[in-house]
Amino acid sequence: MSQKPAIELRGITKTFGKVVANRNVNLVANRGEILSILGENGSGKTTLMNMISGIYFPDEGNIFVDGEEVHITSPKDAYKYKIGMIHQHFKLVDVFTAAENIVLGIKDGKYDLKKSTEKIREICDKYGFDLDPEKKVYTMSVSEKQTVEIVKVLYRGADILILDEPTAVLTPQEIQKLFAVLRRMREAGKAIIIITHKLAEVMELSDRVSVLRKGEYIGSVNTAETTESELTEMMVGKKISLNIERSEPKNPTDRLVVEGLECQNRAGVKVLSDVTFTARGGEILGIAGIAGSGQRELLEAIAGLQKVHSGQIIYTNPKTGETENLRDKTPRQIRELGVRLSFVPEDRLGMGLVANMDITDNMMLRSYRKGKSMFLHRKAPKDLAERIIEELAVVTPGTSTPVRQLSGGNIQKVLVGREIASSPKLLMVAYPVRGLDINSSYTIYNLLNEQKEKGVAVIFVGEDLDALIELCDRIMVIGSGRITGIVDGRTATKEELGILMTKTTNESAGDTNE
Amino acid sequence: MSKEKTARHGFEAPFHLAKRDDLKWWQAWLIRIAAIVVALLVVGVISMLLTKESFFKIYETMYRGAFGRLEKGSTVMLWIFLQRTAILLGLSLAVTPAFKMKFWNCGAEGQALAGGLASMICMIELGDKLPYPVLLLVILVSSMAAGALWGVIPAIFKAQYNTNETLFTLMMNYVATQIVKYYLYLEGGGSNKINPVSTGNLPIIADNEYLLNVIIVLVITVLMYVYLNYSKQGYEINVVGESRNTARYIGINIKKVIIRTMIISGAVCGVVGMLLVAGTDHSIDTNTVGGQGFTAIMVSWLGQFNPFVMVIMSALVIFLNMGSGKVTEACGLNSSFADIAVGIVILFVVGCEFFIRYSVKFRHSKKEVKA
Repeated sequence: MSQKPAIELRGITKTFGKVVANRNVNLVANRGEILSILGENGSGKTTLMNMISGIYFPDEGNIFVDGEEVHITSPKDAYKYKIGMIHQHFKLVDVFTAAENIVLGIKDGKYDLKKSTEKIREICDKYGFDLDPEKKVYTMSVSEKQTVEIVKVLYRGADILILDEPTAVLTPQEIQKLFAVLRRMREAGKAIIIITHKLAEVMELSDRVSVLRKGEYIGSVNTAETTESELTEMMVGKKISLNIERSEPKNPTDRLVVEGLECQNRAGVKVLSDVTFTARGGEILGIAGIAGSGQRELLEAIAGLQKVHSGQIIYTNPKTGETENLRDKTPRQIRELGVRLSFVPEDRLGMGLVANMDITDNMMLRSYRKGKSMFLHRKAPKDLAERIIEELAVVTPGTSTPVRQLSGGNIQKVLVGREIASSPKLLMVAYPVRGLDINSSYTIYNLLNEQKEKGVAVIFVGEDLDALIELCDRIMVIGSGRITGIVDGRTATKEELGILMTKTTNESAGDTNE
Repeated sequence: MSKEKTARHGFEAPFHLAKRDDLKWWQAWLIRIAAIVVALLVVGVISMLLTKESFFKIYETMYRGAFGRLEKGSTVMLWIFLQRTAILLGLSLAVTPAFKMKFWNCGAEGQALAGGLASMICMIELGDKLPYPVLLLVILVSSMAAGALWGVIPAIFKAQYNTNETLFTLMMNYVATQIVKYYLYLEGGGSNKINPVSTGNLPIIADNEYLLNVIIVLVITVLMYVYLNYSKQGYEINVVGESRNTARYIGINIKKVIIRTMIISGAVCGVVGMLLVAGTDHSIDTNTVGGQGFTAIMVSWLGQFNPFVMVIMSALVIFLNMGSGKVTEACGLNSSFADIAVGIVILFVVGCEFFIRYSVKFRHSKKEVKA
């Protein structure tokens, strides 16, 4: 490799509070090359790219463009160094045309839309974009909007292009079109960096791959010299022992049977297709998958928060043996049917709790309706709050502290504590240890194990594969809204899970990262 | 390394803001009271500059404007002050449940006018047909119903189609005004005016025409406080206002809560309209509510949605209004002076919330630590 690198990172570290997003990352991208940055969720890919594009500033380390050290303190600086980023979430003005969006914010010279449109057409012809500069953005498809974003950075003269999960929102045909354009840009001598977690695309498109894991730089390999399984191993790492106690499930019985579940998002895109599985009492069923593969929709569909397009959700009452179909029921109807369902959602403060309310009032969320009186009774929830604070060692000045003032771990204890307090028969938890320190994480794992031993059917959506393997009896893997496999937690390996996670079926419409 | 540091220091501001969560409630209130005191001082100083009168003279005039000559046993002005405070407070209480739900009801003006119009129609049409107690009941129910109707229409559209409630409620104000105009045209003959009607007036207790209004509004204050803080419905309003997702998650029917709350909000506005028409003016015109419906929005915010604090805030606003009106009159100032005075106080009261939420921390020149 005799070329001079277009961009080089040396020893980049970035921390947010106590959380290390990137530690000592080194990275090189050359001209005329497509580099993939591969890593699981939370491995620090996007943070790293945000530092290159001037949104964050690194705590330590240096960035070099064409061999010169640079300080990129704003997106404007990034443009100065000919770096352009195409974000996952498009930043376009809906009521403007493509051309208006593209020239928006450029201050040099006169505002001459005709001239600019010509220049845009030139760029489109050069790289083979299919774009009408006069089309309004709100009439465009997702793929067209992405094209506008790419042309926008090219118009500004970007030589180094960073694309954050560009294929996440595209159909397979659109992906092929995008790849063709990217290859043409590579031939034109641009340096292209793609953030992704889809192995197949990495293999197909990129020249080299750099892998991040938990914020650390693992290494770079030439695509031609590697295999998918080698990359998976780099991505997920070797097994780490966590020593979570796992008891044998005691006579597991079917508690929840989901059959052929299909859900669509607001845009009518399938987010879950043909999901079939069984959750059993006395067992922890893990759900693994890349973020946004349909985990949230699955849990919300069961909880009555997501519209179900087709399929069944059958709950068996362990006491009476009666079955109920939870499909098309509201959360309240589900509760009134006597279904003991508890749900710890991913968004703790936005869904599970009310941030500005105190702990007592948050305890009431589930139970305030009890009784005929039109007034609230705060005695029982206050006792419950005190009990949870004591039993789970929640650090708080008292029960009348708004939950937003608590730390992440304590917020989670309050939420999980409340959900468990209603003695559920089916407990769903989504990313319960995200952002928690080790001790709080173990508190949560132990709580889940206790519930399992009480005969509760636990569904645990997690992102830490080590924890999933040590905690769960069975692990179901979901990819692009489909079940790609259900494996035994006692024999599963991280590699096996990693391959299932990144397995994409051809007919899938792509996952939705909203 | 050194180059990087200079680069980083280049864009560092001399101070930064930090959120603070550790403030005790009484500390927050100390800041608020201090803000009001400072605001009143500023109002005084500005008035001094404009009128060349002494500071104490200004406040004496203001006091006279709001309370009249109390020391001589004249309570006329005081009762006008209390009446106006009560009306403003009543409207502020009415919009509060909607605001707690983050439904921006800017239609108190129209909802109160609708209630007032309902009272007026009952007074004129049924005044000599029904026995007095029945008539009063009919007036109360119909004005509440009219206010509730005016409030629930935007709520239904919000719940079903997610229309913008701010615009919708504002537009409803104009509709109410026009209907009243039309009614004036119908009833007033050529004059477009309705002479005070003597039937269906609210009873006068203790020889004071304003006392009943004040008592009714105080009762509403207590009821509203209890409703918002101790009832299940009040709790639901709070959850819906704080987080729609949480409300969905625990199975609250959000549409129902929006509609129900706006019925209550509109009905209370309707009661205030009744107090204005049946209780005070015994007549109606397009200016009966007189913009208090908009001032109420501000009072509700200033009072932090707490009915008891709103008592103080509406009294303060009315005091400034009447007081600076008197200063204007006495010193020959422009009539905008009253608005300026109220504006200054609001600026300070709202501004101080910033210092309650954030603390300003100045950067100390720290010694550079070697990385």
